Amino acid sequence: MIWNETIECANRNEMQGIQSKRLIETVQRIYHNVPGYRFKMQKAGLSPSDIKSVDDIRKLPFTTKEDLRDHYPFGMFTVPMSEIVRIHASSGTTGRPTVVGYTRKDLNIWAEVVTRTLVMAGVHRNDVVQVAYGYGLFTGGLGIHYGTENLGATVIPISGGNTQKQIQLMQDFGTTVIACTPSYALHLAEVMSDMGISPNELQLKTGIFGAEPWSENMRKEIEGKLKIKAIDIYGLSEVIGPGVSCECEFQAGMHINEDHFIPEIIDPETLQPIAPGEFGELVFSTVSKEGIPLLRYRTRDLTRLIYDKCNCGRTLVRMEKCKGRSDDMLIIRGVNVFPSQIESILLEMSETQPHYLLIVEREGNLDTLRLLVEVQEQFFSDEIKMLESLRKKITSNIQSTLGVTVEVKLVEPRTIERTAGKARRVIDNRKM
Amino acid sequence: MITKQVSVFLENKSGRLNEVTRILGEEGINISAFSIADSSDFGVLRMIVPDPDKAVAILREHLFSVQITPVIIITSPNKPGALSSLLNILSEDGIFIEYIYAFSMNENSAVIVIRPSDINRCLHVLEERKDELQSQNDQYVL
Repeated sequence: MIWNETIECANRNEMQGIQSKRLIETVQRIYHNVPGYRFKMQKAGLSPSDIKSVDDIRKLPFTTKEDLRDHYPFGMFTVPMSEIVRIHASSGTTGRPTVVGYTRKDLNIWAEVVTRTLVMAGVHRNDVVQVAYGYGLFTGGLGIHYGTENLGATVIPISGGNTQKQIQLMQDFGTTVIACTPSYALHLAEVMSDMGISPNELQLKTGIFGAEPWSENMRKEIEGKLKIKAIDIYGLSEVIGPGVSCECEFQAGMHINEDHFIPEIIDPETLQPIAPGEFGELVFSTVSKEGIPLLRYRTRDLTRLIYDKCNCGRTLVRMEKCKGRSDDMLIIRGVNVFPSQIESILLEMSETQPHYLLIVEREGNLDTLRLLVEVQEQFFSDEIKMLESLRKKITSNIQSTLGVTVEVKLVEPRTIERTAGKARRVIDNRKM
Repeated sequence: MITKQVSVFLENKSGRLNEVTRILGEEGINISAFSIADSSDFGVLRMIVPDPDKAVAILREHLFSVQITPVIIITSPNKPGALSSLLNILSEDGIFIEYIYAFSMNENSAVIVIRPSDINRCLHVLEERKDELQSQNDQYVL
């Protein structure tokens, strides 16, 4: 089934027509309401009338996470706060989160695109969807929630964690669809087997997994262990949240809801567009959102676009699974972590530049974060209890600021390798 | 008396203590006394050396985290009950000890290293009640 056939199966000309019309309107709106972006356009010698069709998109300046941070919290909104009905936020590159606001129309668009993606994944209105993404400032939980209601399926808004209860409700309520991070899906499978429950006793048929990178091998593992079809969904709060793109039942790339979010691929070094089908950084222009529309937003995710028609009948352009990042952001259990955030937390606790190394590992099915901190003399105390309390303080400051649990290990100075004078900050040992 | 103890941060892995003793040995610095306090991941080596400032400078050159900590050194008789007499006095006056270590010098005397939470008050108490200790045994030397 296809939720919105007119759009999802439109031919390229029709799609470009919609995109052009919406892009022109959005450029006008942003130019007149967001001084920061207007300034960027003026600097590039551009006026809104220079944007005549979607082909002109490449003339426009980029928007970055730093822009959102510099205009924290609401400086990039194009409507007055009285029009904003919901706020979401994700962690930013430093202490300040990245804040997004939705008007009533934005929430309707969001529900519509999530519904499309659920239907792509094979979800039907008779399904029971257990939403095990976190509810709250994170867009995962509420995003899938309203899309599911819009479809007319049944939502179980259990949020994240509480694994045994998740499994009990799957049994008792006859859950057919689970939405969570892929690593949590594997954790569910493990706990299920510890509880002596076979997936055959459950009604589960589909999993909608996103918010962190995962591999084809992990897909096979999840599908084998939970006896379901594992579907990849993609989104980021700056664009709208989950529902930007999603795989269909053919699992051959994620269909982008490109009538709302126009994708481009650029070279992250030269910032020039890359030939169709080549790998580069994914950039989105949101052309229907009112609260915080963004032009040429750099996602930092590396992927490529596939414009061929899919076997499912949809013509929506597809993006491949992301191959990595063009910055140093890590995604740990669905939480965005930048090494610079850790650095600023350590800096607050000492006078001088801290030396540290983050080691990411996948133990069993869960990502773990280990932080080695060199005990320079500014940290050193002769007493073990002071050193232990330093370690606890680092752990709890990171937990409260970033929302991730980290195992802190104090190490001797100069144990962390320095390459060409510059320290390596991250080792990612996860096999994706 | 108060003396400067040299404290060194060490990770719990083999060869680290040897690295410190090797460096000091090569520089001709003798270690009079030492102890190690440890947790699961790391430890603190505490040493009494004849020239603490020199030891600190050399260890810093080798990129160790080093600290000078003032401690009290007391010579005591090397016999049963001697440490207890000393600790009785400290506890009667409410002196809290962060850590303590000791070693025998010979059959007759031992050296006790004390790091109290308040070093000046501890020293004051010991000075005041020195006669009490020495009346029990004249080998107590502050």
